[in-house]
Amino acid sequence: MRWLHRIVAIGLTALAALFLGAALPAYAEGETVSGTLSVTQSGKAVEGVKITVTSKADGKEVATVESDADGRFSAPLPGPGVYTVKIDKDSLPDKIVLDEGQPESRDVTVAAGQRAAALFNLSDGSKVTEPQQDIVWAQRVAEGLRYGLIIAITAIGLSLIFGTTGLTNFAHGEMVTVGAFAAWWVNTGLGTPLWLSTIFAVIVGIVLGILNELVIWRPLRKRRSGLIAMLVVSIGLGLAMRYILLLVVKGDRQFYDTPVQTVVDLGPISITPRDLQAMGLCLVVLVGVAVMLQFTKIGKAMRAVADNRDLAASSGINVNRVILVVWMLGGGLAAFGGVMYGWTLNLRFDMGFTLLLLMFAGVTLGGLGTAYGALLGSLVIGVIVQLSTMVIPDDIKTVSGLLVLILILLVRPSGLLGARQRIG
Amino acid sequence: MDILQNALKALVAKEAVYYALLAIGLNIQFGYAGLLNFGQVGFALVGSFGVAVTVVQLGASYWLGLLAGLLASVVLALLLGVPTLRLRADYLAITTIAAAEILRLVFRTNALNDVTGGTQGLSGFSDDFYDLSPFPLSEVYRPFGIQFRGQEVWVLTVGWALVLLSVLLVWLLMRSPWGRVQRSIREDEDAARALGKNVYWYKMQALILGGAVGAVGGIFEATASRSVIPDTYENAVTFFAYAALILGGTARVFGPVIGAMIFWFLFSITEGVLSRLSTGDNPIISGDLVDAQGIAAIRFVLVGVALILLMKYRPQGIFGDRREVALDAR
Repeated sequence: MRWLHRIVAIGLTALAALFLGAALPAYAEGETVSGTLSVTQSGKAVEGVKITVTSKADGKEVATVESDADGRFSAPLPGPGVYTVKIDKDSLPDKIVLDEGQPESRDVTVAAGQRAAALFNLSDGSKVTEPQQDIVWAQRVAEGLRYGLIIAITAIGLSLIFGTTGLTNFAHGEMVTVGAFAAWWVNTGLGTPLWLSTIFAVIVGIVLGILNELVIWRPLRKRRSGLIAMLVVSIGLGLAMRYILLLVVKGDRQFYDTPVQTVVDLGPISITPRDLQAMGLCLVVLVGVAVMLQFTKIGKAMRAVADNRDLAASSGINVNRVILVVWMLGGGLAAFGGVMYGWTLNLRFDMGFTLLLLMFAGVTLGGLGTAYGALLGSLVIGVIVQLSTMVIPDDIKTVSGLLVLILILLVRPSGLLGARQRIG
Repeated sequence: MDILQNALKALVAKEAVYYALLAIGLNIQFGYAGLLNFGQVGFALVGSFGVAVTVVQLGASYWLGLLAGLLASVVLALLLGVPTLRLRADYLAITTIAAAEILRLVFRTNALNDVTGGTQGLSGFSDDFYDLSPFPLSEVYRPFGIQFRGQEVWVLTVGWALVLLSVLLVWLLMRSPWGRVQRSIREDEDAARALGKNVYWYKMQALILGGAVGAVGGIFEATASRSVIPDTYENAVTFFAYAALILGGTARVFGPVIGAMIFWFLFSITEGVLSRLSTGDNPIISGDLVDAQGIAAIRFVLVGVALILLMKYRPQGIFGDRREVALDAR
């Protein structure tokens, strides 16, 4: 499997270089519905077309916008829900009509924090060419990579903690949430820039990891608590932390205080510079972690303990110290991933719990207990989840992640890179 | 005084029945067979939606709906059990917790509005059940000064009868050879296998049976509240049931029942006390912290902390036997 590790590492470095190259202009937070009006045949933008958005629930008009010189329109929405987007046929320029058989309005379901698209195909009467399906593919894969990178960052800690201590940490998602909100607190409360807030969040995550290990898990290991007892404790811990967060930050979605951005087009993909930067940062961190695991002494010790704890201990590795470092690493990475998640999407008290399910899917796919497996599996899960939105509604896209989880357990329970003896 | 009266009513409330049934199901799985099902609420969900969808969308009778709900829970158990029961305990835990959350998301999505009613859920499926009530539905009864309406009396009578039936079933099963095999699997799977027992199939039976009891709990709750709403089936409900089970004592026939009663009693008294402390001229706790959402959140936190402390210091709960608690399973 060594060659596979190397390929993963090389691939990541190449991707990182690619993404860091891009840093460009800007776009809006919160739920919006947007689209581009252009003539299908020529691709020419259509300007000055009126678009009306009404809420499906109460029929109230939410926004009226006009397409700009590039044919783009974007309407801010008051919140998630189902909206009817209607194009005003009278405002279309001469000779340009809606494609045959297309209704002038359509319903768009907007999930929280989502930028939904409303597509209208316009025609100038000449022969129609087929729309390109691969464009949607490319867009989803890009979004999936962004999602997958964030899952991977948070899941490495989960997998290493499992590998070194045998604990499936059901409270891992809450470390993500705490990190994200720590950054939010200094970012919106004290006005510190996001990069500084991120560093603060990572420190909070590391401290949280240390506390986790020293206050809860090390004493439990000393008492020789079994796996099931530890699982139940982690469930209780996650529940308590999640609802303490709800008490402190309330149930609303929150956003970081960062400049508004517009999407840029990179070939078939439209993406905000923020997303690109987040992906680049995640890659740099992942490469850093991989280098640390592969080449440093403590990294090797971590993999040794994860591989076989007794053997590592008998070859002179201080297992408890390694586990403490693993918790610090896991906590810091979880917090960092939380900030990236909050930066590219939004923050909510239960964001970590939702992410936890995908982390489990990614970690299981890659092989429980392995660091590189967690990375690979999470990327795959991210892409699968986003690609699945081409077939299923956006608000249940996590379902595809679980289906992969069940399938992989049926076919190859040890995961792609996992060891056979772990699974019982 | 009304705090105490409400709390006393909580001892027999429909929620106590609901958690008792969920916890009895978990007791079969976790207490006797050592299976870690963290998605019990998912079984409650498919059970209650099985009834609601059959009655509302297909126009069948409530009784046919019951059958559909139970069948749905069996199917769910098979789906979750087949890939995971041969593996380590935590794979079942991961899969069940994920499945419960996924089910909630699928049942609340707008795309399935025509089937599940989306976030609004469904209602008006329980008339057949209430038509059978021997108590006039709107008549008021006052045993021990606590007020019950006729429909509550009917619902609670049936609910507690169901609890007693389930307890009886567990008692009979667990003193049978079948129950002894389950315990032996919990204690040492390899030993049971060496004796020629089909461990996988025994575990599957425990998962199905516990899930079905959970589904009965879900159906009861839906019938008692006359509606099913996907968002009420959140994962925390499973953890509440675990708290009730561990509090009462795992692998004890009456453990989950007593646990659920005490759990809901404490749960209700917390709400009363918290809202008392936060209102009036000189509130002890600031009112901002303790709005309705705040009270709910505080109770969730308390349950989480209780789970940690119980597991650490008294894993056998009030009535349990420490040797009977499946702590060291793989």
